[in-house]
Parts: sequence; structure tokens; C-alpha cells
Amino acid sequence: MATFKEFRNNVKPNWCPGCGDFSIQAAIQRAAANVGLEPENLAVISGIGCSGRISGYINAYGLHGIHGRALPIAQGVKLANRELTVIASGGDGDGFAIGMGHTVHAIRRNIDITYIVMDNQIYGLTKGQTSPRSAEGFKTKSTPEGSIESVLSPLEIALSAGATFVAQSFSSDLKQLTALIEAGLNHKGFSLINVFSPCVTFNKVNTYDWFKENIVNLSQFPDYDPTNRIAAMNKIMETNGLLTGLIYQNTARKPYEDLIAGFQPEGLARQDLKLTSDEFDKLLSEFK
Amino acid sequence: MISQLSWKIGGQQGEGVESTDRIFSTALNRLGYYLYGYRHFSSRIKGGHTNNKIRISTKPHRAISDDLDILVAFDQESIDLNAHELRAGGVVVADAKFNPVLPEGVEARLFPVPITSIAEELGTSLMKNMVASGASWALLGLPLEVFNKAVEEEFGRKGPAIVEKNVEAVKRGSEFVLELAGGPLEEFRLEAADGKQKLFMIGNEAIGLGSVAAGCRLMSAYPITPASEIMEYLIKKLPKFGGTVVQTEDEIAAVTMAIGANYAGVRTMTASAGPGLSLMMEAIGLAGMTETPLVIVDTQRGGPSTGLPTKQEQSDLNAMVYGTHGEIPKVVIAPATIEDCFYDTVEAFNVSEQYQVPVIVMTDLQLSLGKQSCEPLDYESIKIERGKLVHDALELEPNELFKRYEFTEDGVSSRVLPGEKYGLHHVTGVEHDESGRPSENAVNRQKMMDKRLGKIKGLQIRDAIRVEAHHEELDLLLIGMGSTGGTIDEARARLEQDGVATGQVTIRQIHPFPTDLLAPYLERAKKVIVVENNATAQLASQIKMNAGYGNKIHHLLKYDGNPFLPLEVYTACKELN
Repeated sequence: MATFKEFRNNVKPNWCPGCGDFSIQAAIQRAAANVGLEPENLAVISGIGCSGRISGYINAYGLHGIHGRALPIAQGVKLANRELTVIASGGDGDGFAIGMGHTVHAIRRNIDITYIVMDNQIYGLTKGQTSPRSAEGFKTKSTPEGSIESVLSPLEIALSAGATFVAQSFSSDLKQLTALIEAGLNHKGFSLINVFSPCVTFNKVNTYDWFKENIVNLSQFPDYDPTNRIAAMNKIMETNGLLTGLIYQNTARKPYEDLIAGFQPEGLARQDLKLTSDEFDKLLSEFK
Repeated sequence: MISQLSWKIGGQQGEGVESTDRIFSTALNRLGYYLYGYRHFSSRIKGGHTNNKIRISTKPHRAISDDLDILVAFDQESIDLNAHELRAGGVVVADAKFNPVLPEGVEARLFPVPITSIAEELGTSLMKNMVASGASWALLGLPLEVFNKAVEEEFGRKGPAIVEKNVEAVKRGSEFVLELAGGPLEEFRLEAADGKQKLFMIGNEAIGLGSVAAGCRLMSAYPITPASEIMEYLIKKLPKFGGTVVQTEDEIAAVTMAIGANYAGVRTMTASAGPGLSLMMEAIGLAGMTETPLVIVDTQRGGPSTGLPTKQEQSDLNAMVYGTHGEIPKVVIAPATIEDCFYDTVEAFNVSEQYQVPVIVMTDLQLSLGKQSCEPLDYESIKIERGKLVHDALELEPNELFKRYEFTEDGVSSRVLPGEKYGLHHVTGVEHDESGRPSENAVNRQKMMDKRLGKIKGLQIRDAIRVEAHHEELDLLLIGMGSTGGTIDEARARLEQDGVATGQVTIRQIHPFPTDLLAPYLERAKKVIVVENNATAQLASQIKMNAGYGNKIHHLLKYDGNPFLPLEVYTACKELN
């Protein structure tokens, strides 16, 4: 069994010192080892932005795609070879701005992949513009007078889109984050894990200290039932989305792959492509 | 006895024009006739004039005929819009209900048949299509039992009572018109066909069939006219072979999902028309940059924007060749026949894996949707070529990555699939080194660009150009692509009869352009006419840019939404010559 060290490679991340993404990288490596993966059985598919570089920093198969499209690529990988464990990852701009359409539909589709969003409430790599996760009034280069659009709540959207696994964490809480990623990897279906990952360079509002003061850990509520969708929605609204932990999980709904008629448990990529003459003749007979 | 005949049925969309056409042509196919269909339809579901035209012949014809022999009309509008096509002595079978009249100047015979009343007497006006088709079948003097067999197949699943009623509708329509006409029309009596039942399908079905034969097991697509039949075919077939079709939220998801699946090792396609292709452009660049195989079908329709979504055009050529920012290797293949649709799809998958490049299969609305006879398709001749796909990569040193983008003689590097023990590597749309790690090194950048772009130099598909040139020196050389091939072929035959030494080239490999193959024919021709369904002579521009001969090249362009007729091509050539 691979240890977390085997999921490390020798590529030095180009993130700023102190960036929240480092812990997320470490948490993915630990979680992958903890659930018993080997590097060759993991594919990490990422989008564009600082966070999108993650696929190059984990010793596994990795594909760094185009902005906003990590999810459809990752779903394609999983459908082609369902024996692989597939993680999709990217930032809040990637997943909730340019890629929001894919996020909602990936949630609905419920293919068994784990989506980790590194949410820093700002566009970092383009050097500080507003994000759909920026709070109203948040001043950035593109909103010098403060953002006048309402902040988007991915957790509420995920629940209303029929998500079967919704969690949120904070990059400083490596233990909780690792556990949630493990739970996501073990979940049969689409898992959304939104992670607060402070941008130390461009976001001077949502800092590590700010999160520590403002977030609520669900472990404070011993009676909280993550299988109750209404309670989950209420809790998200009560906390203004600033909660961490496993918010909602539905284990009853089968993943997409299990619902496709005739879809085999063996990866499609390993199946024989040839038809028999009889099979081909049968296809032709419809056109006579 | 005649060797060919043109039949058209017109009415309001949703009125049964499609099903009448289907049963009529199925019956003709049973008798062994060659058929070539054309659908005139609008972007709406119910209402609006629609018509289907079939050319029926004892030899293959791959073009719509210039004129019309028989028109079946459900309403006066169908007569008003189509009667001008009728040749002198043509026939109109029309529903007596609307008191049909022929427009002035049309020299045709009108047979009013109480189509609606007969259908209603039998229980439902829905059966009027059976009355109408029975009537026109009877005029041709063809065996009724063959027609009834087709009716039985169409309605069999609805039970024997329904079949019986429809057969009765056919009989009543047939009896009525024969009484009116005094028997079958001798001048429309077709020579017997060879009796060999042909394959009969639309281009989109041939593409779907080709992809199954090629080993395609996934398709991700978003519905669009005129591409949707490909996904509709595959959603029925792929589950039988372990695969599936995903209807995605948009074309961007369709193409990127296909890229992900191809990366992971399954032959996966997507299909769309111009608007969808435009949305896919950035992702096609990703496939080019990451050297991921990818097959996209673009069934062209009238553009730009929503344009003429149900009409013929060939105006996406530039988008296919030049679309995507930056510079990537890309292959564009243009099937010209229904058989090409099948074999080229197989080749597209092979080329995409052998060269690790995106391949676009270019069709047009007439080729994609026109239902036509197809020669037997040979599965045994098909080979699945997966190029440098490696299953037993060597063990790597700790922290060493597989060189997925290794520099090689032919520019193509070995490819391993995720899941292989010793193949770990990184794939990125960022410029990268041989192991796939991002790199801005200037020397590496130039080498990588040369590697990728160099891969397709010299690439040549089967019949990259298809030639008919039987004279040492050619007065005229006609060049086309896609569905215009059959029309040009017919015009060429007429020109040859007039003593004009005429050659014809159908260009099937649009990119990289087959300059060396084409140049000798350009050299031999006094004049060259490039026939294409667009306004800016996109194919002619490719020829001039790649091969030269600009002073000889003339354009014949049509962009009114309709395919060329053989007469139009012939007339334009006569004027020029």
C-alpha cells in the first residue's frame, strides 16, 4: 500500500508562501494513501488558475485542462475507466464562474468523482479581481468601488441541484480536511468539497484569522444530521455559508455509472473494441 | 420504360410527410431501386411547409434531380411552392378536400383524390398519408404487395388491426386514382431494378455505424440540427457494446468530456454543427496541445449565428481549418458519399490515435440527412489502429515521469493510459517538457511546437482526392467537396456529351491540404471551377493558397440554403466555357 509520500513528486509548487493550497495538496496526498490508493489508480484533473496547478504536484496521473472545464474532463475520464479514482480540482472562479454550468450538471449527473474547490474568494493568478465568491462591497481591481453583485452560495446551489455529498472545510484544519476528502473518495457518487483556502497576496479581508473567527465547525452540533437535506439547507443559511464539516450525504442514490444500462464494472478502456461479423450484420440489417 | 423518376411529397410539417416518404422509399428499396432523398424542412415541429423528394433509379445517382415527375400534395401551398419543378407531362396527386388548382403555366396533370375523406371514412385522418402514397404507388404500376409489406413493418408493432386499416387505406387510394387515370401511367413505368435490396440510410446513420465499427464506445454531445441523429443512433447501439452516450449541458462539456475519455483510453466522439463547433474551439486547442486523440463531426448547416439551421451550406471550412487560437496540428476529413461517411469515420478514429491529434469529420446537411442507397459495407476491411499506445511501459526511477511527449523521429510519442503501473506522467495545456511538466524554456518551446506541427506533415488519408479525368488535357476541371460530388458528376457527364473535355476532383482531405495530389490536375486544366455552398469561396481559397493557379480558378457559389442542382452546375460551366 502506498504511503502519502508516494503521492508526492519533486515539482515545486509555484504558489505564494503561505497559500492555503499547500495544505489542500497535502490533504489530498494523505487522503489518497489513507483510502488505500496506488498512484497509478488516481487521476487528478484540474482547471486553470493558481489552484489548477495541483494536478502537477501530486504523484499520480494528472491532466491540467482549460479554464472552467475540469469537471467535464474528469467525468469523461471516469466514464472511460471507472476503475480509476478521479479527483477534479480548481478554484472558485473555475468552478463557480466560468465553469458553474458544468458544476451544476456534474452534481445532477452524480458520476463518482470527488470535486475539491480551493475557494479563496478572489482571482489570484490574474492578480486580484472579484470572484462570484467575493462578498458584496469587496474591493478588488475589477470592483474598485466594491462588488455590487450578491455572493454566490455553492453549498445551497449544490443541495438544490441534487447533490449527494456536500462538505466544506478550511485549509488550516488539515485533520478535518483530510477526513472529508477521504469521505468524498469513499462516497459512491459526486462529492463536492469546498475548501476555504486564503489568498495571502490579494485577499486582505478573508484571511486565516478572519476564517478562524467566523467559521463554525459542525462538530459543535452533536445532533446535526447530515442525511437531512432541509436541515442542511437551514444550517448553511443560518451560518451564512461559513460552516465546515460534512453538511449533507445521500447514500441511497446510485452513481450515474450504475444507472447506465449495460455498463460493466470493468473499465470501458479495457474492453475489446472488435465486433463479430454477426454483430455487424445485425447492425446492417436495420438499414435494409 | 424509364430508368429514373423523381417523386416528391409536400404538406404541413407534422402532417405525415416523413412517414409517407419512409414507407414509400422502403418499398422501393425492397425492389432494388437506387434512391437519393432530399428533405426540405423548417426549424419548427408543427406547421410550415415541408417536402421530401426522392430520386428513384436503376443506377446510382448521388444528386437531386433538376425536375420532378410526381408531386403528392396535402395542401395548395405544396402545389404552389413545388409545381414549377414539374416537367411537362408531370403529375400532381392532391387531396380533393382543398379543391386543388395548378398554377398558371404549369403543364401537368392533376389527379384530385379524396385523400382526407377516404382516411376519415376508415376512422382517422391520420391515415391520409397512406391513401396518398398508395395512390402515387399505383400510378407507377409497381406491385402492391411490396408496398403493403412496408406498411406492415411500419405499423406492425401497433397490432394487426392498425396494419389492416392502413393496408385498406392504401388500397382505396390506389383504386381511386387508377380509375381516374385509367390505369398505371405508361410513361412512368420504371425498368425493373436489380432486385438486390440496398442498404438505405442517412449520412448521420452511416457515421454512427462507422463509429461503432471503429470501436467508439462513448459519445458526449449536445443536440443540434443536423447532427442529432448521430447521438440518437449511438444511444440505441452503444449500450449493446458496453458503452453509452452522455447528453451534456453544452458543447463545451461535450468536447471536453470526449477529451477526458480519450485521454483515459476510450475512443470517444462528439458531433455538432457550426454553432457547437464554435463553442468547442478552445478545447480543440487543448486536444492539439496535449496530443490527445479526439474525433468531432461537424454537420454543416446555414450559418452564421443561427443562420439557416435546416438548410444546406458548406461554410464552416475556415472555422474547421483555422479555428482555435494558437497553432495546433489538426486533420479535417470530408466524406463525399454515404459510404465515405462510414469508412471515413473509422479512419478519423485511426488517424486521431496514430497521430494523436484532433480530427474533424466534415459533412453538410444534405450528406448528413439525405436518405440514400448505400453499397455493401465491408467490416472485414476495417482495421483498428491505435498508434503508439503502450501497455507495458518500463519501470521508472523514483520521481521519474514517463516521457509522454518524448521527441521522436516522426513527432509522435508513446502514450500510456491512466491506470498503467509505470506510466505516470502529467498532461497540461501549458507548454511542457517531454514529461509533461510546464516549461517556458525557449529551446524546448520551439522543439515542442515543431514536434506537434510536424506530426501531420505528409499525412494522407484513403482517397485524399477522388478523381475522374479521362483526357490528357482538360477544358474544364470541376472541383467540389462533400455532398456536391454527385451533382458535379452529373453535370460533368452532360458536359462530356457536349464534347467538353471535363474532369472532376472531389477533395476529401481538407486539411492538411493534399496539394501534391491536386496540382497535376490543375496543371492539365484550361479552366477550373470550384463548386461550393458558401459565399466566400472557402475551398477555392484553400486551393489557391496551397497550390496556386489562381488565374485559372473560377467560383461557382450557392448560399441560398439549397443544394446545387446538376443543371445549375452544367449551365454555369457552359457559360464559362
